[in-house]
Amino acid sequence: MTVELQIDGKEVRAEEGITILEAAREAGIAIPTLCYHTELMPHGTCRICSVEVETRGRMRTVVSCGCSVEQGMVVKTRSPRIDRIRKTLIELLAPTTAVDGELGGQMKKLAREYGADTHRFESRFRDRPTRCILCGQCVRYCDEVVGEHAIGFMGRGVDRRAVFFPEKAKACVTCQACFNLCPTGKIPSETDFVVFDGFSVDDYLAGEL
Amino acid sequence: MASKRISSAKELEQLGRDIASKADPDKRIVSICTMSVCGQSRGSGAIAERFAEEIRRAGLEEKAEVRQTGCQGFCEREPVVIIFPEGFYYVNVEPDDVPEIVSATLSKGELVERLLYTDPTTGERAAKESDIPFYSHQMPIVFGDNRRINPREIDDYIGLGGYGALSKALFQMSPEQVLDEVKKSNLRGRGGGGFPTGRKWETTRNASGETKYVLVNCDEGDPGAYMDRSIMEGNPHSVLEGLLIGAYAIGSHEGFIYVRDEYPLAYDNTIQAVKQAEEYGLIGENILGSGFDFRVSVHRGAGAFVSGESTALMNAIEGRVGEPRMKYIRTAVSGLKGMPTCLNNVETWANVPLIINRGSEWFNSIGTEGSKGTKIFSLVGKVNNTGLVEVPMGMTLRQLVYDIGGGIPQGNKLKAVQTGGPSGGVIPEQYLDTPIDFDELTKLGSMMGSGGMVVMDEDTCMVDTARYFISFCCEESCGQCSPCREGLRMLREILNDICEGKGQEGDIEAIEDIAEVMQDASLCALGGTAANPALTTLKYFRDEYEAHIREQRCPAQACQALTCYYIDPALCTACLICRRNCPTEAIYGEKGIVHWIDQEKCIKCDTCFQVCPPRFSAVRRISGEPLPEPPAPGTRVTREEKG
Amino acid sequence: MMVSTTKSKGLPKASGAVKKAVGSYGKDKEALIQVLLDLQAVFGWLPPGVLREVSEQLDVPVVQVYRIASYYKAFSLQPRGRHIIKVCMGTACQVRRSPQLLNTISAVLKMKPCETSTDGRFTLETVNCLGCCAMGPVVAIDDVYHSNPSTADLQKVFESAE
Repeated sequence: MTVELQIDGKEVRAEEGITILEAAREAGIAIPTLCYHTELMPHGTCRICSVEVETRGRMRTVVSCGCSVEQGMVVKTRSPRIDRIRKTLIELLAPTTAVDGELGGQMKKLAREYGADTHRFESRFRDRPTRCILCGQCVRYCDEVVGEHAIGFMGRGVDRRAVFFPEKAKACVTCQACFNLCPTGKIPSETDFVVFDGFSVDDYLAGEL
Repeated sequence: MASKRISSAKELEQLGRDIASKADPDKRIVSICTMSVCGQSRGSGAIAERFAEEIRRAGLEEKAEVRQTGCQGFCEREPVVIIFPEGFYYVNVEPDDVPEIVSATLSKGELVERLLYTDPTTGERAAKESDIPFYSHQMPIVFGDNRRINPREIDDYIGLGGYGALSKALFQMSPEQVLDEVKKSNLRGRGGGGFPTGRKWETTRNASGETKYVLVNCDEGDPGAYMDRSIMEGNPHSVLEGLLIGAYAIGSHEGFIYVRDEYPLAYDNTIQAVKQAEEYGLIGENILGSGFDFRVSVHRGAGAFVSGESTALMNAIEGRVGEPRMKYIRTAVSGLKGMPTCLNNVETWANVPLIINRGSEWFNSIGTEGSKGTKIFSLVGKVNNTGLVEVPMGMTLRQLVYDIGGGIPQGNKLKAVQTGGPSGGVIPEQYLDTPIDFDELTKLGSMMGSGGMVVMDEDTCMVDTARYFISFCCEESCGQCSPCREGLRMLREILNDICEGKGQEGDIEAIEDIAEVMQDASLCALGGTAANPALTTLKYFRDEYEAHIREQRCPAQACQALTCYYIDPALCTACLICRRNCPTEAIYGEKGIVHWIDQEKCIKCDTCFQVCPPRFSAVRRISGEPLPEPPAPGTRVTREEKG
Repeated sequence: MMVSTTKSKGLPKASGAVKKAVGSYGKDKEALIQVLLDLQAVFGWLPPGVLREVSEQLDVPVVQVYRIASYYKAFSLQPRGRHIIKVCMGTACQVRRSPQLLNTISAVLKMKPCETSTDGRFTLETVNCLGCCAMGPVVAIDDVYHSNPSTADLQKVFESAE
């Protein structure tokens, strides 16, 4: 079964049940993501892939990685509202991910595209920068694909963290699957494969994260 | 032991009649709230014990008995003792008052005048509950039975006709008819959003799936609200009965009750209620011989506000972290364990037996066009009569605060009423005549929420209020999605700075930008509404923000960093009260010598301000103006102390 | 490091308590939160050894056990004092100046919120609403609720706590 929908003015035919993000990518329309990975269950937490959809005359903002296509849906992947969401999100995430005030990789590209002032909230950011945006790709990949359960989330709210469990991380030296997933580059540049100094569960329990 | 099982509608009716007829009409009932932490905190347990002892000593066991009940509403005046059948109402009762009540009221039916409620404005005494303004404007249809039953005794509930609605539904109505009745009643969910209950039931009923679940949400996390706790503690069977009726209408055979960790007594009473209902066969297989089966488990929460969100609550029941999940498919279609699930809050379920018993037409006769029935509010904060009140929808905020709540203490001026908890907002004084219902509150930028109503006076700072709710959400959000987590973090920092006098031009605009993204892009309703307290305080009290940012002044003199405490030498009588109560020994002076505060040592705990007798009012809070020089050491008192 | 200390000291005891808690829910994985609540009540906190036992006996990844234990406020991953002081920070208490009450308690006990005193007597915590809103400001000391206590009231209670 297929459904017909419109993405950014383009008529698109998509398989029923797939997400807006998948349909857009098949149609060659790019939507930025930070927490999405094709091999993982959609997480829907970075919210960068938010798009506007109109169904039966109702406009709403949804995340394209978690919302399925529907017959007759009209999708806008760019609009003043969507651009504003992405810009402010990058600005809010910047202080925790910047190294020496500069963003790297995917974040840097997005900041340029959406005109984000990456220093806007810098002076107000008083927590220790963790260089982690909690996209959870490492956590979920280790759980869902590798099956080692060596990384996990701890805490909640603004104190939520992703930490390594060294006792479970024997396979990390050879696996390294999460290295390329990390959108900020934290894991490959900071890991020592043994005690995960600076982001292990023991650091968390000692209140050093 | 003989089986207690009730196997037919007839037997239930007979049991109800037996219980009612066994009650001696001449026997006085002493009703005391011991099954609520409010009553307990004021020593109601000791009062109940003392009554039992004194009744025995006076040989009145045949003539009077103590009934331990849940919350009766007027928590401010606890411990409260109500004597039935007269309905005599005694407030702030001490254990040593008990012998007098026993000898006067219980043996002779005479009033103990000095223990009656005295109206603070008119000075009139009220003998009975119905004479007290706090109660006379209420309509306690859901909450009213609390004072008449011991929540640990199912017989008390059945004696009042309890489980009669279930019996009616099972034997006189089809599931479709039950559903239809609830739909026609226009009951809307009491947990916050106000979604039509009947429609939710219908979606769950029509969703495909062999197994369907019904859930009770007693994860009442809104700070400042305790309606659900009081129903669950005080009348758990009313919730169970509603749940059973809902399950029958929906076609569900399994239910869960999720009770917040901070409510241990509600948990215990729920467990006890389920056990007793099981013994009577009101839960289990072939209920009342109808062929309908239903079982229920009680699940303890572990302390997380966001767990009250429907998908988070379902995750928690599945033993996973109580985080919300993406909800593009409704939980009524795919909820707990991927099955169609109907989640309603405690108060919503408790309304169901009433609707079945008395009909949707009766229910529709109460309330406003869009919001039918009553609503229980926790009327708290800066108001004279704090407690739980149940009123018809459509009552105005003014009636609630002044007629029922008795106005603001110490003659202070009302500034705003906060409704809806961290998802709601503040409603300023000029909207006090707004009728309270789901839609009217939403129009003002706030929401009904679960029914917390926190009254704020001129001493409450609106920026600090926003800061308070934002900090609350920083701790209580799950932290999964970036707009909510990072938005809250930054709002907290900005608001902290403003409250400390470090606000900057542009801060107000930054708050608005962040709030917009949180509203538009958050994963769940917590994030989507978490900025509301900041937005509504900005909308109605922008001047307070500007005073903090531009003048480093807190108009309410509440922000600690912007407020100093000062003892006016001309008013101080050197009575030593503030000095004795200061926890940091920051106050100097002695008998006859004017007191002064060492600003270095002062932790701004407000104790001196509060303990300084009103007839002196020598302690002042100062904000936004220079602190006067302290008096020279050894300055003698100039003001005479007049008793 | 943390693993070895608990292995040498508390494990046999932990193992028995965990077995009992896990058993009372029929080893049901869905009961993880309930199991941890029971164990928190037994130990007063959740030592690493206990969490690892739970992971083994329920056959749930240790990551998952930690995630839940660190998520909920009812659980403590650090040892706590013999007496738990919870100052209510609910809205109703807030407008009746509970932050000032917290300051007072902090000053009397000479310890900050979220700290345990060095002699192990007290842990001072805040809680986001005890649901006792009409009585605010409220502090619960070992689950006994005190409504708007004076400095002297507090001193008396603290002095009587061993």
